[in-house]
Amino acid sequence: MDAASAARPPEPEGAVIATRGLTKRYRGGQLAVDGLDLTVPAGSVFGFLGPNGSGKTTTIRMLMGLITPTSGTARVLGSPMPGAGRTVLPHVGALIEGPALYGHLHGRDNLLRYDAADPTADPRTRRARVGAALDRVGLTAAAGKKAKAYSLGMKQRLGIACALLQPRRLLVLDEPTNGLDPQGMREIRSLVRELASDGTTVFLSSHLLDEIEQVCTHAAVMARGRLVTQGAVADLAAGARGRLTVTTPDTAEAAGVLKDQGAADVVTDGDQVTAEPPARDLAEVNAALVAAGVRVRGFGVRRASLEDAFVALTGEGFDVAG
Amino acid sequence: MSRAETVATAPPPVRPSPLWTLGLLRSELLTTLRRWRTLALLGVLAAVPVLVGVAVRIETGGSPAGGGPEGGGGPAFIAQITNNGLFLVFTALAATLPFFLPMAVGVIAGDAIAGEASAGTLRYLLVAPAGRTRLLLVKYTTTVAFCVLATLVVALSALIAGAVLFPLGDLTTISGTRITFGEGLLRALLIALVVAASLIGVAALGLFVSTLTNSGIAAMATTVGLLITVQILDQIPQLHAIQPYFFSHYWLSFADLMREPVYWDDVLRNLGVQALYAAVFGSAAWARFTAKDITA
Repeated sequence: MDAASAARPPEPEGAVIATRGLTKRYRGGQLAVDGLDLTVPAGSVFGFLGPNGSGKTTTIRMLMGLITPTSGTARVLGSPMPGAGRTVLPHVGALIEGPALYGHLHGRDNLLRYDAADPTADPRTRRARVGAALDRVGLTAAAGKKAKAYSLGMKQRLGIACALLQPRRLLVLDEPTNGLDPQGMREIRSLVRELASDGTTVFLSSHLLDEIEQVCTHAAVMARGRLVTQGAVADLAAGARGRLTVTTPDTAEAAGVLKDQGAADVVTDGDQVTAEPPARDLAEVNAALVAAGVRVRGFGVRRASLEDAFVALTGEGFDVAG
Repeated sequence: MSRAETVATAPPPVRPSPLWTLGLLRSELLTTLRRWRTLALLGVLAAVPVLVGVAVRIETGGSPAGGGPEGGGGPAFIAQITNNGLFLVFTALAATLPFFLPMAVGVIAGDAIAGEASAGTLRYLLVAPAGRTRLLLVKYTTTVAFCVLATLVVALSALIAGAVLFPLGDLTTISGTRITFGEGLLRALLIALVVAASLIGVAALGLFVSTLTNSGIAAMATTVGLLITVQILDQIPQLHAIQPYFFSHYWLSFADLMREPVYWDDVLRNLGVQALYAAVFGSAAWARFTAKDITA
């Protein structure tokens, strides 16, 4: 531990994942993760956001003991990684950078193999647990097919089933809905909620912001290897202000009235005029519009989304995200 | 929000079953044997003795004892095949040991870690968590098991082909003494095991190469390339000072097991060289694999 990370505050009690000054510099000199202080509260559904190359995957690999940090510490379930991997990892189910399967084995045999690799898995209950995991992701009917014949969505489901072979205390799901159709996405999201309600902490990385908003209680945003922000999703979204939106055929007049009422950054787009809401009762703003003869079809404040928060924080759109 | 009450503390101690390593080994053996590639390699190895037997049979016109001592200049045993089908076992092992057998072992060993890495399955085995040292041990054990299996496939295929194409019976050792067919079979089994043990060095070398790359094909090609290079260097007289350290230098010493009494010196030297390779490259593979960042 270097001097900088030694001076950092102690990690909070009850954190399922806690990193202090976690840094990874690859051999080429590229700094992939830079001084990360991440805290994932127990029982949370934690969304992990960031564009491509922001260091999310490197972070997840360090948490799973696949990559050794250059400096800093990572604790998972209270124990240091990668040192305590043998005792920690049986309690962790993981889907990392998409599923990886043995194409020449059947779906069921893939799970049997991964379960055989877990020293704590009881061989006597193996078949039953594999059957239950397949059932949970809706793959029972396809369990006898070779994995190379699976569609991307089926592979993804099998990868999630692999993470569910045992009761877990932490699930790390990297892009779990990748390749799934909308129905499959809904199923996986309700599965995540169900698991979380059983007390499992879920660490979920995704590039779909609305997905994070729908299922996550907490979130962290990474950009260029650094942690931009972390906290409860509601707080993050509240950090970005919503926009006042007026729908009207009389856009020019409406824009003028809004400016007079103290609204900033007035933008006209089609039959909509949006602006930063002024610091006064919006009912009065509406009354002023009507008094000025503006025919108002719609009036309201569009709630700030996580995407607004993300753009405000990173200064970039989410098009490049992965 | 009752779930927030779940407090993370150190996980309760898990109780690993002492037999779980065997479970992983069993899984590894089954996974390897169910690969089409493995079956194809074994099929090729099984075909070699049949081809040799048929060729000898055709060349001698099917008349027993027609080969004569000149016998085509092949391995020392080939001339005797027509007298006794058991000699096809020795001939087939002598024919496959320089290339076919080590190539097959090189493919399996090279694929061991790098193949899992390129398929991405390595990261899931490691977070299962299989444990790096244990996974490496399981991989090496599987490769050695394949050495034995591949050698036995050659020997059994040769025995069956020899029994079908040629007469069986008491046989003459290289030293000229007669031994019974039963004792001959035992010698054949012993030779097969020594041949299998001769492949341990290549297996360790291949496993080490396999830890260096994330491409299974690259690891296989490098291992087979090294195999060919060493075989060529072993033929260059100027290098005779270092040749005793080549893993292939004493390979054909297994013929000494057909002497009466058995001449053990070179056989033991061969086993010593194999043990040395296993120790050196096994340690190197371990050092590399346990410190490696798994980025695939």
